[in-house]
Amino acid sequence: MTSARLAAPPADWVEETVVVEVWRETLAIANVELRKLFRDPTELFTRAIQPVLWLVIFGQVFSRVRGIPTGNVSYLAFMTPGILAQSVLFAAIFYGIAVIWERDLGIVHKLLVSPAKRISLVLGKAVSAGFRGVMQAIIIYLIAIALHIAIRWQPLNILAVLAGVALGSAIFATFSLIIACIVKSRERFMGIGQVITMPLFFASNAIYPIAIMPAWLKVVALVNPLTYLVDALRGQMIVGGESVHGFASDFGIMIVIFIVLSAIAARLYPTLLR
Amino acid sequence: MVSANTNTPMEGSGFAVETEALTKIYGDLTAVDHLDCRVPYGQIFGLLGPNGAGKSTTIKMLTTLLDPTSGTAKVAGFDIVAAPAHVRRSIGYVPQMLSADGALTGEENLMLSAKLYAIPRVERQARIAEALAFMGLTEFGRRLVKTYSGGMIRRLELAQAMLHRPMVLFLDEPTIGLDPVARHTVWDRLRELRKNFGMTILITTHDMDEADELCDELALMHRGQIAALGKPAELKASFGAEATLDDVFAHFSGGSIQEGGSYRDIRQTRSTASRLG
Repeated sequence: MTSARLAAPPADWVEETVVVEVWRETLAIANVELRKLFRDPTELFTRAIQPVLWLVIFGQVFSRVRGIPTGNVSYLAFMTPGILAQSVLFAAIFYGIAVIWERDLGIVHKLLVSPAKRISLVLGKAVSAGFRGVMQAIIIYLIAIALHIAIRWQPLNILAVLAGVALGSAIFATFSLIIACIVKSRERFMGIGQVITMPLFFASNAIYPIAIMPAWLKVVALVNPLTYLVDALRGQMIVGGESVHGFASDFGIMIVIFIVLSAIAARLYPTLLR
Repeated sequence: MVSANTNTPMEGSGFAVETEALTKIYGDLTAVDHLDCRVPYGQIFGLLGPNGAGKSTTIKMLTTLLDPTSGTAKVAGFDIVAAPAHVRRSIGYVPQMLSADGALTGEENLMLSAKLYAIPRVERQARIAEALAFMGLTEFGRRLVKTYSGGMIRRLELAQAMLHRPMVLFLDEPTIGLDPVARHTVWDRLRELRKNFGMTILITTHDMDEADELCDELALMHRGQIAALGKPAELKASFGAEATLDDVFAHFSGGSIQEGGSYRDIRQTRSTASRLG
């Protein structure tokens, strides 16, 4: 029996570069998250209800007001990318709850004792959040078709929308992870989640342009990641929609935000156990 | 068959676990107080004590989940503070809670471990099949873990922990909440792991039978320190022919092992028990 040799890592540990290692670990985490999602996809469908209400009820009514300057597009078309961004935010901001649940089950203990890099554990969750965001985008596209909103169907535009949504979803999920590491309990998390989602939504350009905001709110909107997500989507998703900053700047700013948040989350993740 | 003693380490110290004045202080509570402890390779070693004695805190430090306040420790020859990444590659860990993911199948849980422990792609399936067979779970590999019994979940976790052939395996209260049959199965599997792979196994327990039947050597912890150390038979013999481990413990801690325990411990135990349904 060759068992003595078998019981001797890390002597036979396969060395790999950091990038390869993080890639392998991130995919491993994302893989199990997505398996769980597809095993029980009801969540994806219930998530579709709220945007339908916003677009069908709020959107239809406010379309008649005509007090909000939306450029060349109808109010309903103007708010569609905003509602997509909102549904991404509202879903992703509660991902941290799952991590607290996993902590209580001992899953986080096991992950942290494994050789996986902390950043991989964070990125794995972010990738799976990004994928969920893409699923939400598909649902919103379907709603938009039903409401006869003029969509830009060019493949590059759609690709840009999906990329923006995936990155935005990853940002808010990682932000949620940071909150979870700080508050550490489900009850407190629910409270804080409720408190921050509405301000993030209203202090953004999701359902009205920043130009008509009072000065102080404009400042808040400028540091709100949701603003950049909405701006990126508005230029790509609807016919006649205009992006204030341009897709490249919006996407670049979001990447920087995501890198900063991921670094913080990787640092805080082990404190979840303390 | 390779005997436990021939599985000598290649690195550094001659012990699987070696702590030196290991200390953890939370606020004004000293959970672990200048702990000095050595576990030889190939041993099944028990940290015994009531809730709050510092067992779990000790395991958390040794598995790199917590940094010590002061003192040092080496696991498989690696310093837990200076080389935590090397420690993590060399150990396996089974937490107190039944922590396999219920929404995944047994095989999926194992595949996640195989990937995180960098087991080469070509070897993964074979290792997983072997681990499932070793734990008697082959026919349940494709079932969701939430359909498993408590004993099966614990065996699956042992399968996860053995995949990468760790030198040292840490288990926190491995049979808490399990029925007697499941407990004996877990003990048998642990003995086999030691025998077949030369693993050093360190468990915490407050279960006298477990300490007595399973462990080669015991450290009785009390208030963050080791109050007594020795083989179960030696410890009992020093208190007379009729003595039990509970008598030994009562002598050193001034109380029964069953007493004490914080709300947090009880909550964890209860959540484990309720998962077992």
